[in-house]
Amino acid sequence: MTTRREFLVLTAALAVPAAAEAQVDPDLAANRRAAFQAALRKVVGDAKVQHGKVKLLLPPLIDNGNSVPLSVSVESPMTEADHVKAIHVLTEKNPLPDVVSVALGPRAGRASLATRVRLADTQTVTAIAQMSDGSLWSDSTEVVVTLSACLEEGLI
Amino acid sequence: MARAVVTLPAQAKRGEIVEIKTLAQHPMETGFRRTQTGELIPRDIIRRFTCTYNGVEVYRADLHPAIAANPLIAFTTIATETGTLTFQWVGDNGYTVTEIAPIRVE
Repeated sequence: MTTRREFLVLTAALAVPAAAEAQVDPDLAANRRAAFQAALRKVVGDAKVQHGKVKLLLPPLIDNGNSVPLSVSVESPMTEADHVKAIHVLTEKNPLPDVVSVALGPRAGRASLATRVRLADTQTVTAIAQMSDGSLWSDSTEVVVTLSACLEEGLI
Repeated sequence: MARAVVTLPAQAKRGEIVEIKTLAQHPMETGFRRTQTGELIPRDIIRRFTCTYNGVEVYRADLHPAIAANPLIAFTTIATETGTLTFQWVGDNGYTVTEIAPIRVE
């Protein structure tokens, strides 16, 4: 008869290789980071990004990553001389780092954007605003995702 | 089949900032999902949304697969003159939807 102790030892032995198999491609995290850096470079180039002016709103705890309300607003008078030219939203751990890029001008009245996005994992989401004078401002929000979008892709 | 809904005030004061909400009917297939037999479902998304006010572009958004199905885009514009706002969604597989909404400015 199997004792409780033997059973525990046996299941522990089984669980270890299973956990190891569940590990995905070790390069995945590095690839995602590289993709994020490439996307960031495409948006900002070599310019310096300053923190502030931008406000990125996301729920801190997300039950379903398939549809997450996201809103971005940027402090700006939105005049011909001083306005927001573009807003970009990037994610760290989605399969593709780009989420949305918006082009706007003084005719928009307010520099704002509201949409719904997909998030694949618990991660940091970044919004970057490009002003008419060329300066770049950003805001980042950390979110916890319990049910990931793109579950079909396996572990992310 | 392909439909879109736009909500904005029918009339506004000159110089007033009006809020516009748009919703397009589209699955926004990411291109990362697989069928039960393991075949990759090809990507099918809306690539670009533009809003023009009497022919002048006031807002444009480039969408990526990370935008949820049935994309909602809410933004603002200044009511400058009476006329029409044209909203256009362009996507993969020849997806094009155009909505026109009038606005009266006093």
